[in-house]
Amino acid sequence: MSRTEFMQGNAACAEGALAAGCRFFGGYPITPSTEIAEAMARKLPKAGGVFISMEDELASIAAVIGAAWTGARAMTATSGPGFSLMMENIGYAAMTETPCVVVNIQRGGPSTGQPTRAAQGDMLQCRFGSHGDYSTIALTPNSVQEMFDLTAKAFDLADRYRVPTFLMSDEIVGHMRERVTIPGAVEVERPRPLAEGALPFEAGDDGTPGFAPFGSGRAVHVTGLTHDERGYPDTTDPEAHDKLVRRLVAKVESARRDIADYEVVNPDAETVFVTYGPPSRTVEQVMRDRPDDSIGHLRLRVVWPFPEFALKVFPNARTFLMPELNMGQMVREVQRHVDQPVISIPKIGGELHTPAELVRVLEAYR
Amino acid sequence: MIAPDWFRDDRLPHIYCTGCGNGTIINCTLAGVEEMGWKRNETVFVSGIGCSSRAPGYILTDSLHTTHGRALAFATGVKMARPDLHVVVFTGDGDLAAIGGNHFIHACRRNVDMTVVCMNNHIYGMTGGQGSPTTPPGAISTTTPYGMSEPAFDLAELAVAAGANYVARWTSYHVKELTKAVVAGMQTPGLAFIEARTQCPTNYGRHNKLRSVPAMIEHLRSHAMLVQKRDRLVAEGKPIPEGTFTVGELVRRSRPAMGVQR
Repeated sequence: MSRTEFMQGNAACAEGALAAGCRFFGGYPITPSTEIAEAMARKLPKAGGVFISMEDELASIAAVIGAAWTGARAMTATSGPGFSLMMENIGYAAMTETPCVVVNIQRGGPSTGQPTRAAQGDMLQCRFGSHGDYSTIALTPNSVQEMFDLTAKAFDLADRYRVPTFLMSDEIVGHMRERVTIPGAVEVERPRPLAEGALPFEAGDDGTPGFAPFGSGRAVHVTGLTHDERGYPDTTDPEAHDKLVRRLVAKVESARRDIADYEVVNPDAETVFVTYGPPSRTVEQVMRDRPDDSIGHLRLRVVWPFPEFALKVFPNARTFLMPELNMGQMVREVQRHVDQPVISIPKIGGELHTPAELVRVLEAYR
Repeated sequence: MIAPDWFRDDRLPHIYCTGCGNGTIINCTLAGVEEMGWKRNETVFVSGIGCSSRAPGYILTDSLHTTHGRALAFATGVKMARPDLHVVVFTGDGDLAAIGGNHFIHACRRNVDMTVVCMNNHIYGMTGGQGSPTTPPGAISTTTPYGMSEPAFDLAELAVAAGANYVARWTSYHVKELTKAVVAGMQTPGLAFIEARTQCPTNYGRHNKLRSVPAMIEHLRSHAMLVQKRDRLVAEGKPIPEGTFTVGELVRRSRPAMGVQR
């Protein structure tokens, strides 16, 4: 039986994780994400899971990766400064193909910045923040309902592709209170088990190896060093590195049509808003206020891997407008996939664009 | 070879230099594991970065070779999620006391039920011999060319102060004692910290007039003082000879522990 509640975004995130079977949370308090840890601290023990407050964010993500290797669905939640601290081990999770979920309730940066104000300033960090080449998945909810839905979905994607998966939310959605419908049960997709006789890092047809969690008798050696299909370090052979890292990137990038999740309004439009996260709410308001088929909206629920094909859904597009709560981060990704002008509408400081601000830009470019 | 079934034959040859003490410490640890009767499919080795931390890669169990300094945080996740698995951490002085210092004291405070074996060779070996937080005052390294000017950490005392339920210190000379300490640590619920002082002839001995391996081991032996003897000297008001360090069981207690299988 589903139930409908009036709930805060961060609380819905915790509910989504629990419904998806998350049974390990390692975290460190940080505004504006703390309510997620608090909810998990209350609820995980009752669900037979483990909540542990670690000594810092480096330890939080480390414990999450350790727990993930026992086969548990594991997550942490943080914000900018903590996200920065997690970067090294996020690269480790990518290199070791550890399924785990990291929630970033973004706040104004750089540095300590604006702890209680919203931003979307970590959108490139979640893609490129750790050293070396790798690829990850990032989801961007714009409502309390999506805090629930996309958190649950993040676990499935993390398991299917064996990658660290990010829920890139922000203070606005995290602290927003809305109606949310919580389903009686959430369907869960766990990693494909390691086949009998297969090597622990031998990729299947989809580029992702089967998973043998610790304790399953397969004696898996996991290392952040460049490794072969046995998992053994092979750090000097250029081919070994090339093969591994190209596969780590390709298994995500080549699946971007399967991973993609977006919403299209008015595909025949000439002026198209491209959004992710809460700026989409302002665009929706503008479109409600001025019904007009020449204005379109592409809202991304998955920003990484970037679904460039979604931009082609608008064959008549003459201009793309991109409001973001940063100085223009995802706009560059959009720009490199289209010939039309892409107009950045940056906003920093913690407040959402007002409908009037978007209308002004809309009038100037149509 | 102790516990031959526990080694990955296909990983040989190993990376350790001639005369390195790490193999001795690994052998003592595996002898302890065997004495405990632990099975390979229920034992997980975890490590960070450095020479010591390569050890799990040679052992035929599930093993997690992690990032520099973070082994105890990873191990905490493994053990808390699967208390039925035995977790053993190999670490070194740089990994544990420098970059991983915060995780060290908090793991001891939490008393997560695991065994931590620290190969303390007083130097960053893998990067070629730089001064670490346990490099003795005056010792020469590539980053302390005029002698180490900082005081050294006493890792075992640190573990005692931070709350670990079992703490012992031995050296690569004290093979039998070290093995017994590993077993005692494994039997004690909570975090067992075993500091094993060991020789790095390549990157420590060479710069500190301890070129030969026997000379380094003899140096460890002759500067090790049983904790009971130290206590006696203190009680009698006699001076503690300079350069000595205590060996033996420093603490065995039953503070509340985490991750103990019910």
